[in-house]
Amino acid sequence: MHEWALAEAVIAAATEVAKKEKLKDVTEVTIKVGELQQVEREILLFALKQLKPATFKNSRFRITKAKTTLKCRACCNTWLFQKAKLDAETAEAIHFVPEVAHTYIKCPRCGSPDFEIAEGRGIWLEKVKGAR
Amino acid sequence: MVDPRTSVISDRLRGIGRIIAVSSGKGGVGKSLVATTLALTLARKGCRVGLFDLDFTSPSTHIILGAGNAKPTEEKGLIPPIVRGLEYMSLIYYVGDRAAPLRGADTSNALIELLAVTRWGNLDFLVIDMPPGIGDAVLDLIRLVGNIEFLIMTTPSQLAFETVKKFACLLQELKVPILGVVENMKMNGAGKIRVQTEQLGARFLGEIPFDPKVEEAIGNETKLLKTAIAEKTNEIATNLLKK
Repeated sequence: MHEWALAEAVIAAATEVAKKEKLKDVTEVTIKVGELQQVEREILLFALKQLKPATFKNSRFRITKAKTTLKCRACCNTWLFQKAKLDAETAEAIHFVPEVAHTYIKCPRCGSPDFEIAEGRGIWLEKVKGAR
Repeated sequence: MVDPRTSVISDRLRGIGRIIAVSSGKGGVGKSLVATTLALTLARKGCRVGLFDLDFTSPSTHIILGAGNAKPTEEKGLIPPIVRGLEYMSLIYYVGDRAAPLRGADTSNALIELLAVTRWGNLDFLVIDMPPGIGDAVLDLIRLVGNIEFLIMTTPSQLAFETVKKFACLLQELKVPILGVVENMKMNGAGKIRVQTEQLGARFLGEIPFDPKVEEAIGNETKLLKTAIAEKTNEIATNLLKK
């Protein structure tokens, strides 16, 4: 239930946005989740529903997935992260701290661990919609 | 788009009395040994203490502690295991003895992730073993941890102290509290570092003599708590508890 901690972060950040934009009734929260972190959508959604405060009672949570693009700094190769290529222990380590991908994943072309997580790292709050 | 993780960090740290970052301008000055020994000393005095190794690329507190195979448990986040009486968190749980080749932005992201998902208990002290230098970890902690205090380590070398000057000046400019400066591996000579520290307007917390036996104490808590480092951390801990 590491997703629970991330859901708490989303609710805290969305609450800040709602407060800043003076939203009294939040109707929709859009969250983008990068594949690298392998967040379980259903668990995240469950936690978000359990945690939502009164201002969010009518809100819908939209979770969109983003593919993870990795870009090698050494040879400029770009490739997509594939969980299926990892063993369970490695996948779990990356789930908790996505940056440890640099320990386990190498550029498939040149073997360098020096790559950029160009897209799809972890969790982002994309949009908070509501009525004032 | 908003990174939601930073919004929850202050909540995660709410139950912690004081947060002390053991830092230095240069590496090899004894940060990890002092951070670990300080944490153990405070715990032996009856405090609830956490130790957080933020030196992601060169972690060593797990070796100093002899942490074994302890792992965090997953319960609405990550709950640090108790190692030698300390709530202990490190990236080592996820990389083992492999290298973690992280650039600045990755270091920052990993730090934010661990701050956002680690559920510390109610602690009197959280001691942080920092990476050397004034880099991402320092800047992130200043930005994200409201009640951070820095304990700066140096050796008698002017090369080490030059960086301490820069570090202390930056913290003073940003109005971030400096607990004081500790001079480690003192061999002989007059108290040059003491004078220079006082000229900076920072508190000199004392000197630790060079102790060739400290290497034997690595991984052995009993021996560690009998070193010259422990003598100094005992003094620092006693003063911390007076406040």
